[in-house]
Amino acid sequence: MTSRPIATTRSVMGVPTGRLAVWWVLASETVLFGGLLGSYVMMRLRHGAWADQAANTNTWTGAFNTLVLLTSSLSAVLAHQAAERADGPKAARLLRYTILGGGVFLSVKAWEWTHEITEGFTITSSLFWSFYYTAAGLHAAHVVAGMVIMFIVSLTAARNEELHRVENVGIYWHFVDVVWIFLFPLLYIAK
Amino acid sequence: MSGLASHPAVHHDRGFVTYLWSTDHKVIAMQYLFTGMLMALIGGFAVYVFRMQLAFPGQSVPLFGRVSSGQYNSLVTMHGTIMIFWVAMPVLLAAFGNFLIPLMLGCDDMVFPRVNRLSYQVFLLSAVVLVASFAVPGGAFGGAWTAYPPLSANAAYNLTRYGATLWVVAVALEFVAFLLGGINFITTAMNSRAPGMRMFDVPIVVWMIVIASILFMASVGPLIAGAVMLVFDQVLGTGFYDPATGGDPILWQHLFWFFGHPEVYVVLLPAMGIVAEVIAVFSRKKLFGFRTIVYTAVATGVISFFVWAHHQFVAGIDPRMASLFTITTLIISVPIAEMVFCYIATLYGGSITLATPMLWALAFVAEFLLGGVTGIFLGAAGADIYLHDTYFVLAHFHYTFFPIAIIGAFTGITFWFPKMFGRMMDERLGKIHFWVTIIAFNVIFIPLFITGAAGDHRRIFDYSGFPDLATPGLQRLRITATMGLVSLLAVQPVFFYNFIRSMVRGPIASANPWRANTLEWSAPSPPPHGNFAELPVVYRGPYEYSTEDREEDFWPQHLPDDSPTPVASVGDRRSA
Amino acid sequence: MISWYVTQASSYAADVDDLFLLIALIVGAFFLAAELVLFWLIVKFRARPGVKARYLAGEKTSETKWVSYPHYLVLVFDIIIVAAALRVWFDVKIDLPPAEERVRIIAQQWAWTFVHAGPDGQLDTADDIRTVNVLNLQVNRLYHFELHSKDTLHSFSVPAFRLKQDAVPGRSIVGWFRPTVTGEFDIQCAELCGIGHGLMAARVRIRSAAAQAAWMETAPRMPQLAAVTPAVTARRGER
Repeated sequence: MTSRPIATTRSVMGVPTGRLAVWWVLASETVLFGGLLGSYVMMRLRHGAWADQAANTNTWTGAFNTLVLLTSSLSAVLAHQAAERADGPKAARLLRYTILGGGVFLSVKAWEWTHEITEGFTITSSLFWSFYYTAAGLHAAHVVAGMVIMFIVSLTAARNEELHRVENVGIYWHFVDVVWIFLFPLLYIAK
Repeated sequence: MSGLASHPAVHHDRGFVTYLWSTDHKVIAMQYLFTGMLMALIGGFAVYVFRMQLAFPGQSVPLFGRVSSGQYNSLVTMHGTIMIFWVAMPVLLAAFGNFLIPLMLGCDDMVFPRVNRLSYQVFLLSAVVLVASFAVPGGAFGGAWTAYPPLSANAAYNLTRYGATLWVVAVALEFVAFLLGGINFITTAMNSRAPGMRMFDVPIVVWMIVIASILFMASVGPLIAGAVMLVFDQVLGTGFYDPATGGDPILWQHLFWFFGHPEVYVVLLPAMGIVAEVIAVFSRKKLFGFRTIVYTAVATGVISFFVWAHHQFVAGIDPRMASLFTITTLIISVPIAEMVFCYIATLYGGSITLATPMLWALAFVAEFLLGGVTGIFLGAAGADIYLHDTYFVLAHFHYTFFPIAIIGAFTGITFWFPKMFGRMMDERLGKIHFWVTIIAFNVIFIPLFITGAAGDHRRIFDYSGFPDLATPGLQRLRITATMGLVSLLAVQPVFFYNFIRSMVRGPIASANPWRANTLEWSAPSPPPHGNFAELPVVYRGPYEYSTEDREEDFWPQHLPDDSPTPVASVGDRRSA
Repeated sequence: MISWYVTQASSYAADVDDLFLLIALIVGAFFLAAELVLFWLIVKFRARPGVKARYLAGEKTSETKWVSYPHYLVLVFDIIIVAAALRVWFDVKIDLPPAEERVRIIAQQWAWTFVHAGPDGQLDTADDIRTVNVLNLQVNRLYHFELHSKDTLHSFSVPAFRLKQDAVPGRSIVGWFRPTVTGEFDIQCAELCGIGHGLMAARVRIRSAAAQAAWMETAPRMPQLAAVTPAVTARRGER
């Protein structure tokens, strides 16, 4: 494969290139979720009747999932610390706990959605639910993507290689967490 | 065969597969360029067919047959969609961005070569999906490139069920491709400049491409969200845009144009950057007000986020909002005007050579001026009540988009061809192609300003049903426009012939045939894998032309301060 | 300039045309000046043997003034145009003079239905007159229109009035016009609405008061079909 170009080793801004790239990715993701959630908020304000639908979301499940994500972000932070101390295998292990947290999040969500769908709250049953599944679904897709990337990073980290990637994937994971922190009140608490 | 084919990549030597799987930014640039050029043929064929229908309604169009009203809508939709997303963006942003940025910054490649390769692969996939939509039952999407719901969300309305979904998927993939590409452009430009290269030593075209990439990344998100909602409406039966379920068709319009307006600057800025480079080189002058140009480009980018609803003046938005958007829309004309004035001022006191690239660059300024001033009519809400959705709008945006996508592309291709392929293009063929294209372009669109002001509304396949419009005078204008188009298309083979023949058998180009300052001209023509034998160090800005007290009228960026400009290594291929 | 091609048939048509002319004069002057300067510079500064170009960065005020002053001038003229444009916009789209009569316009794929108030001057009464693809108006009478769509977006466009308004399903959009000349003019749909978009041609017929009264005598009544749109049925209390 191609060896890494010299261009990658330069750092005129003083910020490592990989981290700079992740921040730019997050900027575009922010507008993506911002657009979706902004649309949701505007429509929600116009449709008071959606409160009846929103009453059927399970706040406790949402809260539990929030806790799960926050905990997984904690292990991502610890993974970064381990990477800083050049302890690749430990960082890899902590990253895998984060992946596990993501897995728990998705499992809970799967159970939650199954329950809601069997109750008749499908993506087409009301525009509230359309937004609910679309927003949470887009978020879940980002969780899956994060888990995959994190797994790949953990493989090289375990060999003590490319340890800077641990921080970068951690930053992405924190973003996924932050999006959920906006989703949770909008979808679960605003009733 | 010369060009890249004679420089096999260092790591593989497997011929064709090398080019499919290369991470070299120059190869990726060529992939984008050729794909864009191919898509232009499809977009050009589409407009040929529907303009023939307009000139000779109901008659069989040579190479196509009779055009039904449904096919007309599909052709119009695909022409607009292809030209913006699959021609302007890949050629101006991705091809020139990929080719120039590492070279002009003195790098050996982009900082994320594999992400770069992925971006092209996603882009290619998006093109395949889009072209495939011509072949599905119902045909290509027929809801205009703006895809307003409920028409676009409901197959019972648009009658192009599969085409509509493929269209949304193709556009979404294209967006992902450009997000991936943008990451490379922005981070490479921010972080990987050559030693000694300060912010304002970076050439204007790199600035413009980077600002455009930032604009794109900041504006496309809401439309991706909107596209997800549109696809769900089409496929799952959700009602995001359906009033019957509490949805709102106007929501799409806001999401679309919030992106759509910055998007025009996403393609404008790279074109202006290319034109600026050429004007400086062929007038042997420092770019007038370099910093001003950068600041006005940034200002334009920022203001572009606040003008979007001028596309929606009569759409049913609160009319008081329209007043606000008239003000912001007219304000945006100020920084753009200043940029154009700076370009014109660059010519003052110059030593101008009218080589083919310079002809294109000057034509850009001359034609874009008309596009820019006609925008004022449309931004002024009171006039837009009448002009909205007429051919006046169409003529306005072709006087901006054609300079951007076509003139800008030809400017860049004729200028950097020697660097890309190691050979010179033929000047005589270049000039014939230039003059016929430019004259034909004006013959197409001046009549359309008139038919638009006379009431011709858009996306109509036959005006015979409208007594006020079915007049011989107006039909003569429509036919004139079509004849202009046919001439325009007829002369393009001259360009393709010139392009291919020069690639294969053109005179060998030296490293710096135009006697220019920027770093790409210090690399061989074409540059090998890794670009520079020794990565350059930068000592000055990019536009030190005709500096006083120097013998030569150019002073390359990479030359140490105390050394004279070496003429021997340049090779005199100046054309007049 | 628009009036060279299209009759001015409404009370605000001349205002729109005057705005167009004002903009044309201002931007036309700028455009011509910029092009002339551009071409003059190209000619004057052609490369000549032995003559070197000047080294000008365009950063000193003595140099930048050549760009700054024109660009401030652009700003000044922009403000003039904004003021003129907003005045016309206000008159046509924000202001709503009292109506002498209402007309309901219902757009659908691919025809226009018009519901006229009939001799009693009131909509939604038994003497309403419903037509398809012909709008019947009385000259010099101030109409409010109520614009509806049954399916996709459409746009009610009458070039002779210089009027355009998109029709959005689920909404009833109100506007106004006052025809000022008698005659017959095109009505267009100005928003792509499917394969029949180009077939949505209609006509507006403007008559004198006497002729309009005569038309109303002979026009067929269909009261039970007079007003079938969601907005009206909701108002009536039906589901």
